[in-house]
Amino acid sequence: MPHVRLDAPVRAARAVLGAPNRWDLVAIPLVLGLLFVLSWGTRQMAAPYHLGEALPLSLDPVHLPYYALRTTLRMAAAMALSLLFTFTYATLAAKNRRAEALLIPVLDVLQSVPILGFLSITVVGFINLFQGSLLGPEAAAIFAIFTSQAWNMAFSFYHSLKMVPKDLSQAAHLFRLSPWRRFWKLEVPFALPSLVWNAMMSASGGWFFVVASEAISVSGHQILLPGVGSYIALAIEHKDLHAIGYAIATMFVVIFLYDQLLFRPLVAWSERFRFEALATDSVSESWVLTLLRRAEVFRRLARLPVRIGASLAPVLPRRRGPTRPLVLLRDLIRREERLLSRLWRYGLIVLVSAMSIGFARYVTAAVSYREIGEVFLYGAATALRVVVLVALASVVWVPVGVWVGERPRMAQAVQPLAQFLAAFPANLLFPLVVMGIVQYHLNVNIWLSPLMILGTQWYILFNVIAGASTIPGDLREIARNLGLSRWQRWRRLILPAIFPAYVTGGLTAFGGAWNASVVAEVVNWGNTQLTATGLGAYIAQQTAAGDHPRVALGIVVMSLYVLAFNRFLWQRLYRYAEERITLGA
Amino acid sequence: MNAAAPAPLLELRGVGQSYPAAESDARVKILEGIDLAVREGEIVAILGRSGCGKSTLLRIMCGLAEPSAGTVLYRGAPVTGPVAGISMVFQSFALFPWLTVEENVTLGLEAQGVGEAERNRRAEEVIDMIGLSGYESAYPKELSGGMRQRVGFARALVVNPDVLLMDEAFSALDVPTAESLRADLLDLWIERLIPTQAIVMVSHNIEEALLLADRILVFDSNPGRVKEEVRVTLKHPRDRESATFRALVERIYGIMTTAKAPAAGGAAGGRVGLAYRLPEVSVAQISGVLEQLDQAGQQGGAELSELAEEMHLDLDTLFAIVDALELLDLAHVAERRIRMTRHGKAFVDGDQAQRRRIFAEHLVRRVPLVAHILRVLDERPQRRAPEERFLRELEDRLSEQESERVLSVVIQWARYAELLDYDYDAGVLTMEVADEAGGV
Repeated sequence: MPHVRLDAPVRAARAVLGAPNRWDLVAIPLVLGLLFVLSWGTRQMAAPYHLGEALPLSLDPVHLPYYALRTTLRMAAAMALSLLFTFTYATLAAKNRRAEALLIPVLDVLQSVPILGFLSITVVGFINLFQGSLLGPEAAAIFAIFTSQAWNMAFSFYHSLKMVPKDLSQAAHLFRLSPWRRFWKLEVPFALPSLVWNAMMSASGGWFFVVASEAISVSGHQILLPGVGSYIALAIEHKDLHAIGYAIATMFVVIFLYDQLLFRPLVAWSERFRFEALATDSVSESWVLTLLRRAEVFRRLARLPVRIGASLAPVLPRRRGPTRPLVLLRDLIRREERLLSRLWRYGLIVLVSAMSIGFARYVTAAVSYREIGEVFLYGAATALRVVVLVALASVVWVPVGVWVGERPRMAQAVQPLAQFLAAFPANLLFPLVVMGIVQYHLNVNIWLSPLMILGTQWYILFNVIAGASTIPGDLREIARNLGLSRWQRWRRLILPAIFPAYVTGGLTAFGGAWNASVVAEVVNWGNTQLTATGLGAYIAQQTAAGDHPRVALGIVVMSLYVLAFNRFLWQRLYRYAEERITLGA
Repeated sequence: MNAAAPAPLLELRGVGQSYPAAESDARVKILEGIDLAVREGEIVAILGRSGCGKSTLLRIMCGLAEPSAGTVLYRGAPVTGPVAGISMVFQSFALFPWLTVEENVTLGLEAQGVGEAERNRRAEEVIDMIGLSGYESAYPKELSGGMRQRVGFARALVVNPDVLLMDEAFSALDVPTAESLRADLLDLWIERLIPTQAIVMVSHNIEEALLLADRILVFDSNPGRVKEEVRVTLKHPRDRESATFRALVERIYGIMTTAKAPAAGGAAGGRVGLAYRLPEVSVAQISGVLEQLDQAGQQGGAELSELAEEMHLDLDTLFAIVDALELLDLAHVAERRIRMTRHGKAFVDGDQAQRRRIFAEHLVRRVPLVAHILRVLDERPQRRAPEERFLRELEDRLSEQESERVLSVVIQWARYAELLDYDYDAGVLTMEVADEAGGV
């Protein structure tokens, strides 16, 4: 025990090693507790399970902490997988020109695929993969969360790898760092700040999907994985308002803890890797990180891997050059460069065409051309909703964001709140809205729409806050000095200055709204079902019916819509923002 | 020192570097036919105008870049990638911001697989020697520029290199800081406290080269090649006020201003090509130098070294301005002296409108690219053309980046002369209609 009284010799030794201090009092129980909870929770994930079996689920709030733990573990597993994916996929894309030509467009398309749409397809595969174990449905849920995080993180990492400063890269080369060492000493540290930030943003999105993916129906069977999402689904079925209240409260606590214990410390820690070589006044602070940095246990633990590495170093085989067959292969590839690149291109064309034809035949075998046309019309209906909602949200949140952003103290308080609200799974609030619609007999096609933007509008808010708070003070002063009217000030200073940040927020909100349409256009409350006309509703209904060709059709059409909007709207705005309105360039 | 002339440590044989132009099969030459032998015990400095490929040459020497012609030999073996015996100090320091001073210093040792104890011992030694002790656990961002570059030196020296390369290692530092770091390095070198056998430095500061080097190679530009070699036999520490030192400074200015045959220099030299790599010089710099010559010079002329000193110009900027002045026939350089032409004098004496007119006339007459753009625009009904129209032509002869740079210089000059207008958003060049003479 670190905090018992110590006698003289030990004290002398402690003077060398560094004494445990008051930070240890909090730190040690915290970590031990976490470890215990983690190991217990993961064991539950692999419990035996057969399709059709009813998983016992209770609305008694006593069980909520346990459900929350299971939900959190799913999030953590998905995050770990996303990191693994990021490190491999993005690295390959950044280092190999030929792989890049394929991987980056694929990533771009994947980013636009509605995640909840193909949950029903993947879950079958995972159940067959892990037969007789709960791991099957677990894996499907985790995969759904993974798909909501991985693409974004991989993109961020890829861009960072492409932007590693040339002189650092040359220094690494000159001092002959091996590719492995270069990756961990140069590339990962350089990418870290933006990767951590993106992981945090992705995790916010992930809560929405974890809630939606815990209650899955497969071939007529409803699987309710123990978790907050299933709890909500059950509460909706039983029309239990109290239970919904408990679930919302639990989620608040969970997200708060996740944020405080994981991401705040991570963001604060990653500041160290910011490339601007100035000692900037650090903006992010985290009490957990301070605790970890000051408590003696962790200082020693942190040195442990280095120690182990050092003691292993003499035993491990030394780095060698590539073996002979590898060298031969490399030479061959270099020599036949042209031929290989042509083969690669043709191969890709053939593969892509074959897949498109295969998909078209799969869909047209079950669906008439007329229906395909209708699906596109549904898409247009959903698109209209999304566009109107993002516009409305902008009209509301841009002025608010600017007002907050111009007041630094206010911004410091509101910014974390907005981020928190973005992370809060809005689908928990759906039942409340449904009750209102039923109560007042409102138009379903109009009043279900706001649900789509409920969770994602906050991205607009906190990006605008961030943008407005970086408007340089001297520009603001000169605007006042010149006596610009309120309108002139907005047109000449504020709107251009926040534009890049707004585009980022708008794009995120826009993509999120499409995704949310799958759960927002069809909503249940007990036996009441409200359905709006739209592509999201189409996908949700076909999913419930287990009609895979139609689900696939819906997903592809939605992806096409999202891709088209990204290409023709957001990317142009992005480029415009980048070229024209970069402050301080 | 090197009387017996042993086999060179580092040898360059016919090294050249070129890259393909963006739009054609032509090649843009950066370096051509460099022969150089670096022997034990000497400091070699490479001096030249910007664009003479000196930094590229340094990267070829240490194996970071592959030459497109010729070979590099280190201790008789060809260099195909970074080798253990050659290390480099970067102009930008190139420190890893997330590693502490000590971790930065030991980076190279770690990569070589040196054990931890040995690593720490050597790092400590070097950190002590270079005057960084006490800062081992600091991050680079906590240090001043001078201290950061000391870390750069420590990192390069800890691997016990035979050859130390310095890529304008002092040019990012302020004058007193650079001075003290230079002096410390020289002490280590003279006292033989570092195992380094030879130093090759690239510089755009004549005095710096003269303070350190035993041999100075003055480079020509476009393409870069050795123009002349100057031996410096002065004893260390060198007194920069001494007559011999000043004479050497003047001599190097002299070498750098001797026109090579086909260059821009001299009225007789005449025209330059369409894809001439125009120097990155502003109109304000051009008129600033002309005004200085008019006021302080004797009969509109001055020694280049004086001009540089009075106007605080480094070598790159000085020669870029000189290049522009000669190109536009506003001043001439001969024998280390720069002298205004009568056009230059007229420019200085004129008011804003006259200055513009003179500048415009000379631009059209002396810069073929400007004349060409005006001709093309004149043939078009709207008198406008997208920039790509001209970039593609330039890219027949230059890289994409260089083409863009050259066009941006032309736009900048022609805007001042009110010959062209440029719409940044659309990327379109328009001809200024000259019916309202001199109007704003």
